[in-house]
Amino acid sequence: MFQRTLCVSFAAIVAASALHAQEQSIIVQSTTSTANSGLYDHLLPIFEEETGIEVNVVAVGTGQAITNAENCDGDLLLVHAKPAEEAFVEAGYGTSRTDLMYNDFVIVGPDGDQAGVGGMSDVEAALSQIAESGSLFASRGDDSGTHKKELSLWEASGVDPSTGSGEWYRETGSGMGATLNAGIGMGAYVMTDRATWISFENKQDYEIAVEGDEDLFNQYGVIPVSPDHCPSVNAEAAQSFADWLLSEEGQTAIGDYAVNGQQLFFPNAPES
Amino acid sequence: MQNMTEATWLALQLVLSGDADLLEIVALSLQVSLSATFLACLIGLPLGALVAISRFPGRGAVLVVMNALMGLPPVVVGLIVYLHLSRSGPLGFLGLLYTPTAMIIAQTILIAPIVAALSRQVLEDMHSEYAEQFRSLCLGRWQAMQALIWDARYALLTVGLAGFGRAVAEVGAVIIVGGNIDHLTRVMTTAIALETSKGALSLALALGIVLLVIALGVNAAVQGVRMSAARHAYV
Amino acid sequence: MSDAAFPFAVRASAHETSSRAPLFPLRAADVRLTLGGTAAIDGLNLTLSGDGITTVIGPNGAGKSLLLKMLHGLIRPDTGEVTWGGAPAESVTQRQALVFQTPVLLRRSVAANLDFVLKNRGGDPARRDALLTHVGLAHKARQPARRLSGGEAQRLALARALATDPEVLFLDEPTASLDPASTLAIEEIVRESRDAGMRIVFVTHDIGQARRLADEVVFLHQGRVLEQTQADAFFDGPATDAARAFISGRIVV
Repeated sequence: MFQRTLCVSFAAIVAASALHAQEQSIIVQSTTSTANSGLYDHLLPIFEEETGIEVNVVAVGTGQAITNAENCDGDLLLVHAKPAEEAFVEAGYGTSRTDLMYNDFVIVGPDGDQAGVGGMSDVEAALSQIAESGSLFASRGDDSGTHKKELSLWEASGVDPSTGSGEWYRETGSGMGATLNAGIGMGAYVMTDRATWISFENKQDYEIAVEGDEDLFNQYGVIPVSPDHCPSVNAEAAQSFADWLLSEEGQTAIGDYAVNGQQLFFPNAPES
Repeated sequence: MQNMTEATWLALQLVLSGDADLLEIVALSLQVSLSATFLACLIGLPLGALVAISRFPGRGAVLVVMNALMGLPPVVVGLIVYLHLSRSGPLGFLGLLYTPTAMIIAQTILIAPIVAALSRQVLEDMHSEYAEQFRSLCLGRWQAMQALIWDARYALLTVGLAGFGRAVAEVGAVIIVGGNIDHLTRVMTTAIALETSKGALSLALALGIVLLVIALGVNAAVQGVRMSAARHAYV
Repeated sequence: MSDAAFPFAVRASAHETSSRAPLFPLRAADVRLTLGGTAAIDGLNLTLSGDGITTVIGPNGAGKSLLLKMLHGLIRPDTGEVTWGGAPAESVTQRQALVFQTPVLLRRSVAANLDFVLKNRGGDPARRDALLTHVGLAHKARQPARRLSGGEAQRLALARALATDPEVLFLDEPTASLDPASTLAIEEIVRESRDAGMRIVFVTHDIGQARRLADEVVFLHQGRVLEQTQADAFFDGPATDAARAFISGRIVV
């Protein structure tokens, strides 16, 4: 009897999962900042209401998102590492890349501000100062868009942080939130995108130390995965989601999204 | 410590308000992990029983491997399953990645060795008591295996619980093959990981408390069954 | 135990008329078994045939249980051979059953213990109730087998052995730890089985029991058969000093 109940319930489970797959749906391989900040919770109901297309978001670092998309495990890519995105399209994995929106990166630090970088807007100078003062710096270290950006900034500042790896330069190898938790736990400076920071709930005594440099600009792009490379993708639905995001309506919805009264993302799709 | 109090309060609120999202996540957690436990028992029990009653060359090595596989890291299992179920993988055509089915598969692989290794121990102990009687009755291997599994059923419930506990608590495998997709593949542990990464530590902890209570409930139910069995000397 | 007719068809005539190979004579030829460096069975020769109850008696350590398990097929001798009707016995065969000194009952109900054997040995499931009545356990059918008293447990073990429809039944000191009433109950069932045509080999170190049951006596001493005679003849005048000493209750070495 017991076994029969189990069998029946298992059959029901399998049937239920199969049903799920039949609906019109796409998978978005996304960077974590857009998901963790709650942007999708704001956008997706509007889009799903209009089109009936279910959008499933897998939020991982940009590096992993691109790899997953290359493996055809997503229909659309929404990340923030322009060179890697362009390489993705060039290699034939994506149909085309379009600017979607931007925000900026900031460097956050503890109240004490050991490196004395508070209020600076020259990010390269601030990074050199952090390195020279021997203050702790927590890096994503996970090949994500933020990590790539951070490395390019170190390079511009002329400091090679890898020499301090394990000492003052701490690579967590984790997502943005986990790195913030770790950095705050050890009193380290952390570079984060502003959207994640604003919606982050475990700030403790941390504040934004460095912001406002042009080099901290953070551009997000959207790329439908190419059906030529991945015949299994739901190209039509993916394209309609991309089109909607880039449309006036989608752009307005992005601009409308705010946490604690602060706008997190600034739409900048090219006018069509 | 303030987090702890806040989290307990939050957990209470979540449960009492019957939060729909929470219920959905709890239901999926139970669905995935119970299914995986059921499948792992389907695979692990006969395997454990077979090894328990068999003597063959290389048996010692098999035992070592079985016991070692109990320590399979969930992330590794997740990766292996991902590579197989990925669209570019050998089983990609099934379209199972990022579905509850993929999560069930990963957890089944994760805990089947636990069920096999622990049940092997339980059944071998019982078999040392039954073996001579079974031989005297001219029972075949299959008959002996069935009888052992049935007679050890209450002890094996605990083995199943160990597997279920491991499945429902792991995050590494399900987050890779499930993708932590809201309303589709988000379970308790991936939700906890997500809230942690959002810095919402109290909410994460509250979810952890709910998970703990669920685990307590499942264990209490099994314990109740065992105690009634003990009254009948079936344990 | 009960007035009911013997609840199963012992093949009293089966081994004469069927095409099955004859079981008898059952022979142990020059068998030896060394355990822990000492010869537990030491060049033993024994031939069993015919009908009735053979009791194997002898002091502790004489090798009675080992001999029984060897005949049954659970233990293979180091050297020598056990043959059934001339054919070598490779393992336990389906035509015989053994009741152990300490019964190992399944963790199930009394009835389920019998169901298990009937099912796995292709017996008629309907015989279960008759068997339980036969051994006086019908009223305990739904109780957990492991909650039975020692005597009841042994009667269930006996019923289980009978459920396999054996032509030969081995019993290894089945009453060694039972009270007199339980002992007599077991003996009664054994006698009924004998009367129904079953061949019985009964190991005991209880001389009174041997006197009550035996048609034939095998006296074992230090891993060898010292005497094998009709029961009356054995108890009236044992031929060996060791047997005389055993019967009179003296310690024999």
